[in-house]
Amino acid sequence: MSDTTLEDRPAIAEPAETVAPASYRAGALRRLLRRPAAAVALVVILAFVAVAVLAPWLAPYDPLATSWSAVRKAPSAAHWFGTDEIGRDVLSRVVYGARASLLAGVVSVVISVSLGVPVGLLAGYAGGRTDALISRMTDALLACPFLILAIALAAFLGPSLTNAMIAIGVSATPVFVRLTRAQSMAVKVEDFVLAARAIGNSPLRIALVHVLPNALPPLIVQSTLAIAAAIIAEASLSFLGLGQQPPAPSWGSMLNTAKNYIDNAPWMAIWPGVSTFLLVLSFNLVGDGLRDALDPRSR
Amino acid sequence: MLQFLVRRIATIVPTLLFVSILIFGLQQLLPGDPAVVLAGEERDPNVVAYLHQKLHLDQPLPIRYLYWLRGVLHGDLGESLRLQQPVLDLILQKLPVTLELALIAMAIALCIGIPAGIVSAVKRNTAWDYGASVVALWGLSTPNFWLGIMLILLFSVTLGWLPASGFVSPSEDLRGNLAAMIMPAFVLGNAIAAVLMRHTRSSMMQVLSSDYVRTARAKGLVESRVILKHALRNALIPIITLGALELGTLLSGAVLTEQVFTIPGFGKLIVDAVFNRDYAVVQGVVMFTATAYIVLNLLADIAYALVNPRLRVQR
Repeated sequence: MSDTTLEDRPAIAEPAETVAPASYRAGALRRLLRRPAAAVALVVILAFVAVAVLAPWLAPYDPLATSWSAVRKAPSAAHWFGTDEIGRDVLSRVVYGARASLLAGVVSVVISVSLGVPVGLLAGYAGGRTDALISRMTDALLACPFLILAIALAAFLGPSLTNAMIAIGVSATPVFVRLTRAQSMAVKVEDFVLAARAIGNSPLRIALVHVLPNALPPLIVQSTLAIAAAIIAEASLSFLGLGQQPPAPSWGSMLNTAKNYIDNAPWMAIWPGVSTFLLVLSFNLVGDGLRDALDPRSR
Repeated sequence: MLQFLVRRIATIVPTLLFVSILIFGLQQLLPGDPAVVLAGEERDPNVVAYLHQKLHLDQPLPIRYLYWLRGVLHGDLGESLRLQQPVLDLILQKLPVTLELALIAMAIALCIGIPAGIVSAVKRNTAWDYGASVVALWGLSTPNFWLGIMLILLFSVTLGWLPASGFVSPSEDLRGNLAAMIMPAFVLGNAIAAVLMRHTRSSMMQVLSSDYVRTARAKGLVESRVILKHALRNALIPIITLGALELGTLLSGAVLTEQVFTIPGFGKLIVDAVFNRDYAVVQGVVMFTATAYIVLNLLADIAYALVNPRLRVQR
């Protein structure tokens, strides 16, 4: 990759149409990895992904297997993180719980992006009444506190991990509508968009080929931060009993049970919480790092 | 100013209308006959028939919405099937508890977030700045129900200083009330402190590089006076709006915090309603919070216009 030339340029804002080339993206990744906190966070995320994928090989026990002879045992050589109220191995459940958290984080954000980005593009690009209508609907969704809306949706859809992901995804959509709308409004008055329109490109082609790529950097940053929020939201819904259903392991539902045994089995509460914190922190750090790395002024 | 007010108030009407459509629409997500689902597990035929009539289920959807909206506009958010009480009464009963929790949480957030934001802006790129950023990131990344459980482990189980759960009315025992509220309020304020800190920092940095701060320094004012009198007053203007926007975070957080510390507030009301399949209460709580959020934002905008000299001049 010959991105050194990009690095050597003076730090002036580039014209919007040069935002997307491959060398820029490679440069952004390099700038991201040059930040120690973001680089470590990226490694932590990759480690969690590896743990989730390799769970059947990494987990020392079956996460659902109960053992009445090992109820609420403190951490030991046999059970590194201890056991829970019905003798299940906490480490194995934390390892499998990574699946629910990562899946919920990513799928919810995919739902938000696939709903929010097209609607935001439409609002920003079409303007006028369409924009006014979409903006009022977005305001209405934003007026309902994120978790309360997710709880209500999950309540009416029925408690399950899938429905929790739908509820979180829908509740987080308005942020993506707003962001895409603002970006496309800023880009649509640029000369290159006017030129594309003048040579007869269809509005759909202009929106997808010219406007969307320029809205991507802030959308990538927002998506990363939204994954962090979605992981907390999934853990919260599962903690309330509206997400992953027992006996399937999820960090949130493990904490819900652990709360009742806090005075005699505190280890049950520590590891699911530490895992959630580490994963969310890592996504937040990578999001912050990406924000700086993708900022044209930082080149 | 008057024109601004009228225009601003006019925008909240369609927003509220969309909120009501959204919340009414939630009912349509229920599988099968809503009356049967709403009647609960007993499925008493009398209750089902009563609900059919009350919800106007024989009418087309738009007409049903209009009936429902008319009720909402008259303050009728429906009736809790489980508790046999009007939803609005239930909300108003629980609201003071959550309001107390939210106010203490906000006070804690302001006491931590604003000074930390000022320090990290003034001592930019020093250990103070990095320290404050780390604390903010910690605040944003900790699931507050987990923080609650950990505080219970430390202060209630291990040290025995504070009660692990429960609520005492302040009129009965103010000391007991504060002892029960301090941990949940800290948990709730923690995340908001982080948001406030980040915004105060960036707002302060912007103000500190402005011409009038340079002038204040050039005329020989003491640095503390420049920061507190000239910079902070202006930097805090955008924080007013932020305070209102954080209401959503407070209420969402209250749902979890009240669950962890068994506080009988607004958040516990919605969670209990979810498990009792008391859908009217769920709808009522969402409608109430959304309306409160919209009205509070309107008030924040007005306050912003009042304290911002540039907007005042346009009057």
